[in-house]
Amino acid sequence: MAEMVLSGDEAIAQGAFDAGVIGAFAYPGTPSTEIMEYLQDNLEAHKNKLFEAGVPKTLCDTIVAQWCTNEKTAYESALGASFVGRRAMVSMKHVGLNVAMDPFTNSALARINGGLVVVVADDPFMHSSQDEQDSRVLADFARVPCFEPSDQQEAYDMARLAFEYSEQHEVPVLLRLTTRLAHARAMVQTREARAPATKPKADDRKGWILMPAMARARWKVLLEKNQTFRRDAEQANTLQLRSKKLGVIACGLGIAYYLENEADWNAQNAQNAQNAQNAQKPKASQSQASSPDDGGTTMDQAPSLLRITRYPIAHDKIQALANHVERLLVIEEGYPFVEREVRGVFGAPIPVAGKMSGEIPLDGELSSDTVRSALGLAPLPQLPPPAIKIPGRPPQFCQGCPHADSISALKEALAGETDYYVASDIGCYTLASLPPYEAVESCIDMGASVGMARGASTVGQKKAIGVVGDSTFYHSGMTNLLDAVSHKTPFTLIIMDNSTTGMTGAQPTISPTSKLPALLAGLGVEPNHIRELASLKKNQSQNAAVIREELAYDGVSVIIMERECLEYLKKARKA
Amino acid sequence: MNYNIILAGVGGQGGLSVSVIIARAAMKAGFQVKQSEVHGMSQRGGEVLANLRISDGPLYSPTVPKGTADLILAFEPLEALRYIPWLNVERGVVVTASEPIKNIPNYPDVDALLAEIRRLPRYKIVDADKIAKAAGNAHAGNIVLLGAAAELMPIPLHELEVALDEGFAKKGEAVVLANRKAFNEGRSQQ
Repeated sequence: MAEMVLSGDEAIAQGAFDAGVIGAFAYPGTPSTEIMEYLQDNLEAHKNKLFEAGVPKTLCDTIVAQWCTNEKTAYESALGASFVGRRAMVSMKHVGLNVAMDPFTNSALARINGGLVVVVADDPFMHSSQDEQDSRVLADFARVPCFEPSDQQEAYDMARLAFEYSEQHEVPVLLRLTTRLAHARAMVQTREARAPATKPKADDRKGWILMPAMARARWKVLLEKNQTFRRDAEQANTLQLRSKKLGVIACGLGIAYYLENEADWNAQNAQNAQNAQNAQKPKASQSQASSPDDGGTTMDQAPSLLRITRYPIAHDKIQALANHVERLLVIEEGYPFVEREVRGVFGAPIPVAGKMSGEIPLDGELSSDTVRSALGLAPLPQLPPPAIKIPGRPPQFCQGCPHADSISALKEALAGETDYYVASDIGCYTLASLPPYEAVESCIDMGASVGMARGASTVGQKKAIGVVGDSTFYHSGMTNLLDAVSHKTPFTLIIMDNSTTGMTGAQPTISPTSKLPALLAGLGVEPNHIRELASLKKNQSQNAAVIREELAYDGVSVIIMERECLEYLKKARKA
Repeated sequence: MNYNIILAGVGGQGGLSVSVIIARAAMKAGFQVKQSEVHGMSQRGGEVLANLRISDGPLYSPTVPKGTADLILAFEPLEALRYIPWLNVERGVVVTASEPIKNIPNYPDVDALLAEIRRLPRYKIVDADKIAKAAGNAHAGNIVLLGAAAELMPIPLHELEVALDEGFAKKGEAVVLANRKAFNEGRSQQ
C-alpha cells in the first residue's frame, strides 16, 4: 500500500495499527520505548483515517496507547482488553518481562480472546541495561510461540501475523527483537490495514479462571497446542540445501549478519576449490581448469541455510540440514538457545560451531564482524589504530541536572560518616556511582533501592538510604515502602522527583509531583517525616541539613527532592 | 554500489539530524538505505554514533562492518579517531570538525589528535563551528560538515539541498537560508 521508512520498533507499532490493535500499553525501556512513542505520536491521525474509512467513531474513540506504572500493570491491561474481545499489545524491554512474568506465564494458559501480542526488545551488550537475558528462552518457558524478525519488513509483517496467530490459537504471542533491529531504519512496504473489530467478551470462563482444577486442564491444552506451534514454526522457517561443506542455522537478526558475509564466503570457497584443483592437475591443463563454472554457479555452492524466525524450535529442517552438510554453524543473538538444542545431551552427529564452542562470543551482541570470523573469513583490511589512546566518553549528568544537585546534598550530608549504606536504582541518577560523585553503592533492578535499604536496616545497618527516581518509585518502589512502614523499619528514602522518566527520553510519569506527598502519607509515612525540598545548587547545605535530620530519625522518612528534568523541559517547550 | 557512512559525535551536536538528511536525499535518489543509531544514554554527553548505509542493491547488516566505511563524518576530532578501524583502507575518507568537545578530564591534546588525522590517507579537517558562526548560525556546524562531505557521497547535490531545506522547513525561512549558507560554505572547503 505504502512505502515508509521505519525503525524496527516503529515497524511493529505500524504493524499493530494495521492489524487493528485497540488497546496498547507499555512502560518505557531501551530499546523498546519508541514502539509506544510511535503509537502515541500517530494515534490521532490513525483514528481519523479509520473514521474516514467508515469505522464508527465510538469504536475509533476506544483505541488507546498508554504508558502504565510498570510492565506488569501494562500486561494486565492488555490482558483485560483481550478478554473483552479487543486486539491488544504490550511492549517492554527484556528485563521488563521479568516484572510482567506472572501475568505472562499464567495468561499462556488462558483462552486468549482478542489477539494478544507481547513485544519484547532484548538488549544484548547491555547498551542501556543490567543483563543480557534472551526472551526466546522465556517464551519457551511459558510455552508460547515466539516470532523473531530479521529485518524491519519482517517486523511489520510479523506484528500483523502475530495478532492473527494469537487469535487463531487463543494464546499470547511473543514478538522478540534486539537493539540493532529496534533502532535501525529501513524502507518498509505496508499493506492495507485491517479495521479494528470487537469480538464478544470471552464466554468460556473456565478458560480464564486458573483455579487448580481448571488450570490443570488448560495446561494440558497448552501443551497440546505446542505441537501445532512447533509444526507451524517448522513451516515458517525456510531451508535452502546448497553446499555440503557448511550448513548455517541463522536466527532473527543473525540472518542479516550472515547474508552480509555470504558473497565473501562464496568467493573464498570458490578460490579454495580452484586452488585445490590446480594443485591436483598437471601444469599443462591448468588453463582449462580455471573455468568459473566448475562445480556449478557460486550460489549453488553457497552454504546451505536454515533461517529461523519462529519458535518453539522445530527439528525436522535442522535434521534435514544436518543430513546434507559436513558441519554446522549456529548464528543467533542472545543465548545459545538453538545451539544447545542442536547439540543435545548426546552430541550432534556432525561438528557444530557457535557460541558454545567459542566461534561466536557468548556475551555481547552479534555483528557482521563476529559472524565473518565465525564463517572462517579473514577480517577486512584495516588501517593501523591511532597512536594516541582514545579515551571513552562515559555518560554524565546533563549540565544543570537536578539529580546532580540532589546527590551533592546527599554527599554533604554523609561527609565524615563511615557507617552507612546508600542503595540506588535504575535511572539517570545511577550515574552518581561514577566519579566525581561515587555516592551510591548498588543498582540492581527497578525499585530495589527501597527494599535493599530497608532490608539492610532490619538486620542492623545504620543510616540505610534508598535513592530512587519518581518513575522508578511508582514502578516498583511503593510496595517496598509499605513493608518498611508496616515493620517500622528505620530508613531514609530519597525520591528524586524530576517529573519524568528521564533516561528513556522524558516520557511522562504516571503521577504528578503534586500528588506524591499524599500518596506517601496514604502508605503510612508520618506526615512530618515527608520532607519536600527544592533540588537547587544554592540550597545544597540546607538540603544536606534536612537529610541529616531525617537520618537521625528512628523510623521511616521520605525526602522528596524536586526539580524538573532539563530534557523534559526541552521536550515540553518543543511540544 | 555500497556506500557506508559513520557519523560520529557527542550528544547534542546534531549528528543524528545530518544522518536523517543524507538518508532522505539518498532515498529520493533511488537508493536503498539502512540507518542505525545508538540511543541509550547519549543525551548525557556520551558518544553518539549513527551508521548509514546506502546501496543500489539489498542491504543486510544494520551497522557498518569494520574496514568498510567510505566516509567517517565526525563532529569533533576525538570521535573521528575512535572509528578508524571501520574505515575502508582503499577509499575511506575522514571529514571532521577541528573543534574539540572536551567534556572528559582525560581529553587528549587537540594538536596531537589533528596530527593523527593528518596521517590518514584521505581526510578533510574543517573549522566547522567557526565557519558556521561566520555564516550567521552558530548551531550549524553539523551542516557545514555535511557540505564539506557533499561531493564525496554518491548522492546528487540537488537531492541533498532539497532534503536539507525540508529538514529545517518547520523552523522558518531564515533558518533554512542560514543552513543553506552553512552548507555552501562547507562545500567550498578544500
